[in-house]
Amino acid sequence: MILLLASFLPYHLLHAEPYIPQDDAIILEKLPVSRDPQIKKLRELRIQLTETPNILSLAVRLARAYLQLGHTRADPRYDGYAQAALQPWWNIENPPIEVLLIRATLEQRGHNFNQALKDLASVLKIQPHHAQAWLTQAVIHQVQGNYQDSRRSCLPLLPLTNTLVSTTCIANVASLNGQAEESYQSLQDAVSKDISSPPQEKLWAVTLLAEMAARLGNDAEAEHYFQNALGINEKDTYLLGAYSDFLLDQGRPSVVQSLLNGTLKPDGLLLRLTLAEKQLKTATFEKHVTTLKDRFAENRLRGEARHLREEARFALYLLHQPKHALEIAQENWKIQREHWDARILLEAAIQNGDQAAAQPVINSLIYNDTEDSLLKKLAGQLS
Amino acid sequence: MKRLSASFLICFLFFQFTEITFAHKASDSYLRFNIEDKTIQGQWDIALRDLDFAIGLDGNDDGHVTWGELRTKHEAIEQYALTRLKFHQNTEACWSKPQQHLVDSHTDGAYAVLNFAVVCPDPISILKIEYNLLFDLDPLHRGLLQINDNGQVQTGVFSPKEPTRLLDLKKSSPWSELFQFGREGIWHILIGYDHILFLISLMLPAVLYRKNGRWHPHDTFSPAWWDVLKIVTAFTLAHSMTLSLAVLGFVSLPSRWVESAIAASVLVAALHNLYPVFRTRLWIMTFIFGLIHGLGFASVLIDLGLPGQSLALALAGFNIGVEIGQVVIVSILIPLAFLIRRSWSYQQIILNFGSIIIGLVAFMWLLERSMDMNVNMGTW
Repeated sequence: MILLLASFLPYHLLHAEPYIPQDDAIILEKLPVSRDPQIKKLRELRIQLTETPNILSLAVRLARAYLQLGHTRADPRYDGYAQAALQPWWNIENPPIEVLLIRATLEQRGHNFNQALKDLASVLKIQPHHAQAWLTQAVIHQVQGNYQDSRRSCLPLLPLTNTLVSTTCIANVASLNGQAEESYQSLQDAVSKDISSPPQEKLWAVTLLAEMAARLGNDAEAEHYFQNALGINEKDTYLLGAYSDFLLDQGRPSVVQSLLNGTLKPDGLLLRLTLAEKQLKTATFEKHVTTLKDRFAENRLRGEARHLREEARFALYLLHQPKHALEIAQENWKIQREHWDARILLEAAIQNGDQAAAQPVINSLIYNDTEDSLLKKLAGQLS
Repeated sequence: MKRLSASFLICFLFFQFTEITFAHKASDSYLRFNIEDKTIQGQWDIALRDLDFAIGLDGNDDGHVTWGELRTKHEAIEQYALTRLKFHQNTEACWSKPQQHLVDSHTDGAYAVLNFAVVCPDPISILKIEYNLLFDLDPLHRGLLQINDNGQVQTGVFSPKEPTRLLDLKKSSPWSELFQFGREGIWHILIGYDHILFLISLMLPAVLYRKNGRWHPHDTFSPAWWDVLKIVTAFTLAHSMTLSLAVLGFVSLPSRWVESAIAASVLVAALHNLYPVFRTRLWIMTFIFGLIHGLGFASVLIDLGLPGQSLALALAGFNIGVEIGQVVIVSILIPLAFLIRRSWSYQQIILNFGSIIIGLVAFMWLLERSMDMNVNMGTW
């Protein structure tokens, strides 16, 4: 294992060259701006909590704020800070509901799905009407490919949330599970009738609609909904990733390039940008491949595999290592089973000419009656 | 309760999208030790962002950390970091002596680099490292350890669940590596019944010769000894070749196939004693089967975990060990066989009946290994 890790590590990570800067005025690092009122507020909360670390309401407030910040700034360090705030309750026998929920969230981010489900089950045992817990549970089951369980977790949302949220939850599962056309229509219906939902909820629904349309092979409508979603929030990371994938499939890399030319580039978006640059033969292509290689290597060093799906794509299409890619894709398939998890495993299997490796995916497509034009085409190439 | 508040939902809707949403990596520090002739030199890279969060680096609070600001904090960094990295030699504490402060960058930003020496009161043999940096502020923080021990590189990860690590500096000499793998080699042939039975089957008729369909005892030791030498040499050459090829990754066969073939080789060797085909060229058969036994040795050596730097030493050590074990078996067996070669019981009971028993055992192994059956004899 140790040997394996060492062999993944690029040379310059092992042999970086430390230096002494020439001038005191040289800026070494830009910190998350401390004048930002949000960060200032957090700092005050943190000082308060250091003085009285056992006040649950204070700790939960701080932890939630860190989670939110971690999302908007795409920075996992805040996840750690959130956990630290809840340390007195983190490992006790029956943590309070608020702590369980945050713990489940962090476990999910670390891809410890089963642990997360356990915590959510504890929450629902105490509070059977906890919408947030039901929704998170539904999402985890869906990521794991347990569509029956996912649907069962969506149903209790009907009386607990507005129509858009519950319909999105149910339609998304059903569309993966043999009712693609019907659920697409019912979600279209819910979106067009909705007038009062907050933009984030609407964004979620519309993004999923776009993905459903793409799976059904309805490119024009997919494009329409992606544009709609961008109108709600053009900076949303998930949306940008999904739309970029759609554009790459359509052979429109230059649109991807202009879409992703921002400053903050999460690994997943950098991957899509680099895939586009490969087709466009852009000058920055090589540099971005190296950056991605380093980021994956540094992540691997931690001993936690958090980006397997992305890493498999990287290995297959940017490093041209089909065998390595297949291994990662297989490892990934054990953890999550969404469209891209199936797709990258099929694509890697095709490049390796290894039908047996793809069999679990093919079986799952048949078993779940998955209506996904692209996956079907790929599976067809293997049999 | 009828409706979720929007901010609640926003937070949770996006938790499913974890794969792609991080622009940064989680917090890591890079801790490197260079061990040369028992002196330990440390280099520790800690992210400026982490140090700022822990002890504050941005003196003028403008959101930038300059080299000037960092320089004024060097002592505070030594104090903060080195008290969170403890070394023990047995029960005695060692201490770290800070030497130099530098700067470096990793994929997620700038890092302070602290060079230090580890000093212990006694010569170091076993060193315990206890890592406790930042775990209280960020439980997702990891300390990524890399040790270069006289040319051998090891890596490890410190986490809140595993904050300590033992470093055994005695094991590191190349000779001890050779010795350690040598011992494994001896051990493996002595407990590997299939290899022993194969050798025994080949050795049993060495003190006899065949004429007109009957066995006759050799008159002197010398022809017996030559037979043994030829067989042992052929076996050694053959298994050394395949052992090396397999360990170096040039040959790879499914272990079930190899194990079954080894069982088959024992069966054939035993049957050959009952129905001899080769009179003088037994070494050819030995050579061919020896190739397969070498693959069996290789799987043991690979399972032991191979050191990257001293692969050749490990291979040599293991091979020498196997040869020593083999010599031990031969030097016990052959003189004994030579002593009793003329007796009726040697030919009838030991050679014939012994070969039948060995053949039966080998047949069971063959069934068990090739068909994955449990005949309850392979657990010998």
